Amino acid sequence: MNIVSPDLDRRFRDAAAQEGLLDAAYDLVDTPIGKLLVATTERGLCRIAYDAEPDREIELLARTFGVRVLRSAKPIDPARRELDEYFDGRRRTFDLPVDVALLAEFNRRVLGELARVPYGEVVTYGELAARAERPRAARAVGTVMNRNPLPIVLPCHRVIGANGSLTGYGGGLDRKEMLLRLEGAIL
Amino acid sequence: MVIPPFETFYAAHRDEVFRFLGRRLGRDRAEDAFQETFLRALRAYPRLRHGEHLRAWAYTIAGRIAIDEHRRPRADADLPELASLDGRPAFAQLEHLADELPPTERAAVVLRYGYDLDYAEIGAALGSNATAARQAASAGIRRLRRKEPQ
Repeated sequence: MNIVSPDLDRRFRDAAAQEGLLDAAYDLVDTPIGKLLVATTERGLCRIAYDAEPDREIELLARTFGVRVLRSAKPIDPARRELDEYFDGRRRTFDLPVDVALLAEFNRRVLGELARVPYGEVVTYGELAARAERPRAARAVGTVMNRNPLPIVLPCHRVIGANGSLTGYGGGLDRKEMLLRLEGAIL
Repeated sequence: MVIPPFETFYAAHRDEVFRFLGRRLGRDRAEDAFQETFLRALRAYPRLRHGEHLRAWAYTIAGRIAIDEHRRPRADADLPELASLDGRPAFAQLEHLADELPPTERAAVVLRYGYDLDYAEIGAALGSNATAARQAASAGIRRLRRKEPQ
């Protein structure tokens, strides 16, 4: 054999994470709405991407968090477990720490309010803007939702238009609808 | 040249580095040395100033670890030590001497005379071929001779 065995490869990736040498670890997670690329720093979950082109995502992670980006299953296991439970309908809130330290203050404030929107409920962009004490910033809130680095865990799928339409979703409207249906927010 | 994400560096070089370690150490010891090589690379990675010669860099780390492994007494190992005049390992002396050479020549000289790689291996490490590696090593040696105090 003259290539690295999957076992040796996995042991290296585990050891790299175990020794705390990574700026960000990532892995792919299978869900009923497709494969997600999930990444974490030492501080918490930092990225969930739909339909990810891994090369592009890895570059982005390296630019944002540092060049020591490595695929490693173990650091992602807690997120994998909570996502599995969520999609099984056995989990309504995520207990995972999130790392949004590098986002702009406004984005953090809006995402903080978003995190408080309960499972199975929806709010409008305008309401969320009001909760973030920026009542006239519905459009800006839309932009924050569009750039949400942690969809599903930070539930931007629960934000809809003032007329009740689903409006838009980074992962595509089909997925927004599936998530809301899973949570019983729509029939 | 921008430093690539570690994943990209690792994926590009893991198999050839593993083959290299396998040739030097045999399969069993190569596995430990492989892990140590890339952990050491990962520790040093944030201190890199550019993304050039990363392949030669990976081989240099692997070569150093292979030498450390050789030195470790092992009942099942009968591999020769690299010769060194004053007890210091050859690669340590050379790396210092070769400091001022242009990067390709430096890598070729250190890998050839410090780590005892053959020219095909050096060519692979440098992303060229055996002929180019031989030329780079001799150019480096000529340059070192010129610098040497008479």
